[in-house]
Amino acid sequence: MIAALLAERCTGCNACVEQCPTRVFESGADGGLPVIAAPDACQTCYLCELACPSDALWVNPDAQDASAPPPADLLASGQLGRVKRDHGWNAPLDAGQLDAYRLLGPLLGEGVEIADRHYQRLIAAR
Amino acid sequence: MSALPLTLRADVLVVGGGMAAAWAALAAAEAGATVIVVDKGAMGTSGVTATGGPGHWFVPPEAHDAAIARQMARTEDLAQADWMACVLDLTWRYLPTIAPWYPFGSDGRGGRYVQGVRGPEYMRALRRMCTVAGIAVLDHHPALELVADRDGAIVGARGLALASGEDWEIHAGATVLATGGCAFRSGLIGSHSQTGDGLLMAAEAGAALSGMEFSISYSLSPAWASTRTLPFTAARFFREDGTELAVPSLKAGHAHFQALGAAMLQGPVLADLSAAPDGLPGVLRQIQPLTVAAFERRGIDLFRQRFPVRLFGEGTIRGTGGIAVVDGDCGTGVAGLYAAGDAATRERVAGAISGGGAVNSAWALASGRIAGAAAARHRDSATAGPALALGGPGLRTAGRPRVTDPLPLQRAIEAEMHGYDRALWRHAASLDQSATVLQGLWDEIGAHAAPPDPRGRVEWRATAAMAATARWCTAAAAARRETRGIAVRSDLPATDPALAHSLLVGGLDTLWVKAATPAARPLEPAL
Repeated sequence: MIAALLAERCTGCNACVEQCPTRVFESGADGGLPVIAAPDACQTCYLCELACPSDALWVNPDAQDASAPPPADLLASGQLGRVKRDHGWNAPLDAGQLDAYRLLGPLLGEGVEIADRHYQRLIAAR
Repeated sequence: MSALPLTLRADVLVVGGGMAAAWAALAAAEAGATVIVVDKGAMGTSGVTATGGPGHWFVPPEAHDAAIARQMARTEDLAQADWMACVLDLTWRYLPTIAPWYPFGSDGRGGRYVQGVRGPEYMRALRRMCTVAGIAVLDHHPALELVADRDGAIVGARGLALASGEDWEIHAGATVLATGGCAFRSGLIGSHSQTGDGLLMAAEAGAALSGMEFSISYSLSPAWASTRTLPFTAARFFREDGTELAVPSLKAGHAHFQALGAAMLQGPVLADLSAAPDGLPGVLRQIQPLTVAAFERRGIDLFRQRFPVRLFGEGTIRGTGGIAVVDGDCGTGVAGLYAAGDAATRERVAGAISGGGAVNSAWALASGRIAGAAAARHRDSATAGPALALGGPGLRTAGRPRVTDPLPLQRAIEAEMHGYDRALWRHAASLDQSATVLQGLWDEIGAHAAPPDPRGRVEWRATAAMAATARWCTAAAAARRETRGIAVRSDLPATDPALAHSLLVGGLDTLWVKAATPAARPLEPAL
């Protein structure tokens, strides 16, 4: 669940307000920073972290947990902006960020075969 | 509620903001129509595609016949080869058109890998294409009800703007419902807004639902959050005390989920991914960073440490049912009203099975394009002018204006739909019991008024839509007195050849179910 909006980094651009699919954020009063107005609507999708240009948001990976480490710890954690960097979100479209995509399907299929063989061995042994 | 709503006019109105909505809007705009999109969320992040990595049924034309033959053999006699051909053709032609806006990866042979696309970048590309095409996208503008003319033709919709709380009314020559399926607020990532709103609006306009019994579907995820991705295919399953559970692989379909569901009813289940293919961890980091984050931020190495898992209900999202499509235009049988994507029944290409991600995404693209193009063609039809707002349940209440908390009602609905004991072992008595519980919830919703604030109004209407959708699923499941595809009945395990037809369901306070006659099946869909 959305857990932190760091005032140290937020520029008040309201990209999170505009782009959250469940409108968790609302614009701040009198031009202030946006606020987490409806945390219960958060679906822990991390898309606000992709939307935020200043890496000011942190989503707790537990869908029911809105607690966050202190801002200083978050700033030092390396997690702010991590998913955006992993995505290559701002990279040029030809940067090769999805060159490994074609390998994913076969690996998942191989996983099914591994599980299937394991299950057959398991029931044969019982 | 403001006295004078914002009123806009377009040739085509698209309700929804996911991939089917975007493709519908683009097809309508390409046909020369002016288009407005209204979305409960924000196009670009809305819907289950935005949080996923949809593979598409993306097959070169020379291999279409073989792909259709394989799919016809799997779909338990409810699908149609002509529809499959159309969906394959549209997907092959249009998915590559996102290239100017999307970072396609390499196919390893000097070309592009097209069939799998990553959700956030895919929806970002579709949003940009809509902007370039001059489509007006109104984010956070949930539709609450359709508007009809005196003859019953749909001529637009009404809703509200979440930011301002102001009402809006949009008049359009044709309306496309692309509001997604319904996962009954199961916690499934990307599904919070998919509450069956479009299904309820369609039913109020007189449309039927179809295939609603094909709604038993789950995805496995860590217990603390849905990831809706599949790095767990090689998992072994354990109790907390280290005892291994015998769980058939995903190949076993329903039996895989039954084994997991039975174990989870008894206590926590841990997954162990240590046997996953060696290449998977590195690829997962590159291709599904959000799944990696769900573990890394808890300090868990998902390929070395066991972690608790649970099944998240997919409802009619990975399930197949939705608004009945009665012709090759994705028409609903109601003049001026079309359906696309998960909001529409996917039976014509998925039959009695889920369809899996690839066929389902292809359906969303193709049905969006079909519905959008048909809506653009319909736009000049003469109408008698807007006359009647059609919304009832959860919107207009005859009873006392008393407000109640929707959350307990939503949880009770979800328990009937996704409770492992209910969904994985459906039988006549359990379905009858669910129908009674859901009827009680429906009556309770009808007896209360929506809260006055904008979010409260949208949420109360969504609760009514979830209850309606659950009742249609339950009624159809009770009427299908056999096991077919993912509509598994523990009391009727055999497939009955006499029941190789779709079931239509509808009604609001009083439900009806009837067999779709072969004559009512769509003809060759328009390309």
